[in-house]
Amino acid sequence: MANLTRADVEHVAHLARLGLAEEELSRLEGQLNHILDQYTVLTALDTEHIPPTAQTIELQNILRDDVVQPSLAVEEALANAPERSGDHFVVPAILGAEGGS
Amino acid sequence: MTDLTRLHAHEMAALLRSGEVSSRALTGAHLAAAERQNRALNVWLVIYRAEALAQADAADKRIAEARREGLTGLAALHPLCGVPIALKDLVSVKGGQATAGSKILKGYIAPFDSTVAARLKAVGAVILGKTNMDEFAMGSSTEHSAYGPTANPWDLNRVPGGSSGGSAAAVAAFHAPVSIGTDTGGSIRQPASLCGVVGVKPTYGRVSRYGIVAFASSLDQIGPFARDVRDAAILLHAVSGRDDRDATSAPVPVPQELLSLPTGDDEAAGYLKGKRLALPKEYFVEGMEPGVAARVHEAVAAIQAAGATVEEVSLPYTAYGLATYYIIAPAECSSNLARFDGVRFGHSDRSSGEFIADYLRTRGAGFGPEVKRRIMLGTYALSAGYYDAYYLKAQKVRTLIKADFDAVWAAGFDAICAPTSPTVAFPMGARIEDPVAMYLSDACTLPVNMAGLPGMSIPAGLSDGLPVGLQIIGAPWSELSMLRLARGYEAITARATWRDLDPAELPLTDDPNTPSPMERKERLESAPAGGLGGQA
Repeated sequence: MANLTRADVEHVAHLARLGLAEEELSRLEGQLNHILDQYTVLTALDTEHIPPTAQTIELQNILRDDVVQPSLAVEEALANAPERSGDHFVVPAILGAEGGS
Repeated sequence: MTDLTRLHAHEMAALLRSGEVSSRALTGAHLAAAERQNRALNVWLVIYRAEALAQADAADKRIAEARREGLTGLAALHPLCGVPIALKDLVSVKGGQATAGSKILKGYIAPFDSTVAARLKAVGAVILGKTNMDEFAMGSSTEHSAYGPTANPWDLNRVPGGSSGGSAAAVAAFHAPVSIGTDTGGSIRQPASLCGVVGVKPTYGRVSRYGIVAFASSLDQIGPFARDVRDAAILLHAVSGRDDRDATSAPVPVPQELLSLPTGDDEAAGYLKGKRLALPKEYFVEGMEPGVAARVHEAVAAIQAAGATVEEVSLPYTAYGLATYYIIAPAECSSNLARFDGVRFGHSDRSSGEFIADYLRTRGAGFGPEVKRRIMLGTYALSAGYYDAYYLKAQKVRTLIKADFDAVWAAGFDAICAPTSPTVAFPMGARIEDPVAMYLSDACTLPVNMAGLPGMSIPAGLSDGLPVGLQIIGAPWSELSMLRLARGYEAITARATWRDLDPAELPLTDDPNTPSPMERKERLESAPAGGLGGQA
């Protein structure tokens, strides 16, 4: 069923935002194809009329009253920030930057 | 005084109430064992000595006050008050680390308590520290930790299982009477089996996942490890129940009877009489070790002899479980782990000055090989053109796997008995280069997660001197009857010689010359190909 090429592996790595070394890409090409081979057993099953299961408990539309509750203080929320500016996280510049996919 | 680390939590509870022992003494004894043996085992990623002793003193004060109030005061205390506990290092405890076994969360300090931690603190449990695990709970050996592997106290050259290998080994090595793990495809039950302890994966929705580092959100559940069934039930009671902070936690009442499983063996064994158990033939999978199959058949025969009926059943879609799981779990993980972008927390590399390149560098350096593999698999399975063929197909097969189990409950069975792991603990390095061999470790446990059912592993003897686990699987929300069955099995095997055996190589961990798991791993890696360990 599957035959991932080296270019496919590089494309998926880019979609996943994983910077991989040449050696990692080579290993993954072999390993991913081996794993995808295991998936071929599923093609034998006729599932045309079977509904999908996304979760197993019969809960839906869990609602709560829209009331203010205690949340993290600014200092606590920012404590793990790699980079901050005043009371804000510093996010990477996206507008005007090159290199969008 | 006897060695305090040998006590069960329910025994500690009685001694604390009578005043014969203090939480400070219990905590001190467990901290000493943990600190002394951690070099050889690498069970703990952090030990909270000062904080644990402070929590122990607070528990002692609380118990003393309760005693002054008399019987009603003591009855109001949870059995875990003053009892030491270990937490897997993906459970957020305010002010402490939560690495999830990953470099990408190195240095991260949790700014809030998970609901599990908050509930444990509320009942007065003493948090000793955080345990090692496969990175982001992805793995079956704890070798995928960024902080080195954990050794199995039964054989230090073997893995403890995973991903909750540290929590399982901590309980097996008497560093804590109970611990918390998480189970997405077997990550509590399989290490419990390999380390010879009890491990319980509750029904999906039984325990709040708030504040637990997420792997696959439709499969993850939190549960207890313990050295007997009563302790597992007590810890499950403490952490269960609806939580407004996790919309998938269900408003199902938590049975108070979890706190009062039978103490006497006769009463416990009596519960087995008239129970109807299913034995699925597909769970005796290809590649299962004969010793494992033999122990499970003996366990089932013993349960039958105690008055239960056992019938072979077929769960025909079992064989599709592995493929289905390894589409759904990676798909969910690739989505969950997108949050690690180096902006709000965690490892961050902004050296390129260009945002896509920074993401690539941050995530490429922060995640380990297995996590990258799963993110790649999940991203591929969800990508344009493949979604229907992989992800949607897997969700449909999930329906069929769940229906297999539904048919068993509809036929009136009380529970399913099966092996937990196809093999006993395997040597370090044996499966690390072959992801599919590693994935097969969970062939008998992962269908249970896909169906959202409660399942547990309980020690059922030894094969080649290593523990074998019996898996018991229940209908949704049937934890109480599942644990009563397990307690019954424990009672009818109470006099088996293997029940009282210590992990065989535990004494070696007191020897400062015993190599650390990292040193063992390095020796394996420097050995010539085909040498130590052997490729499975």
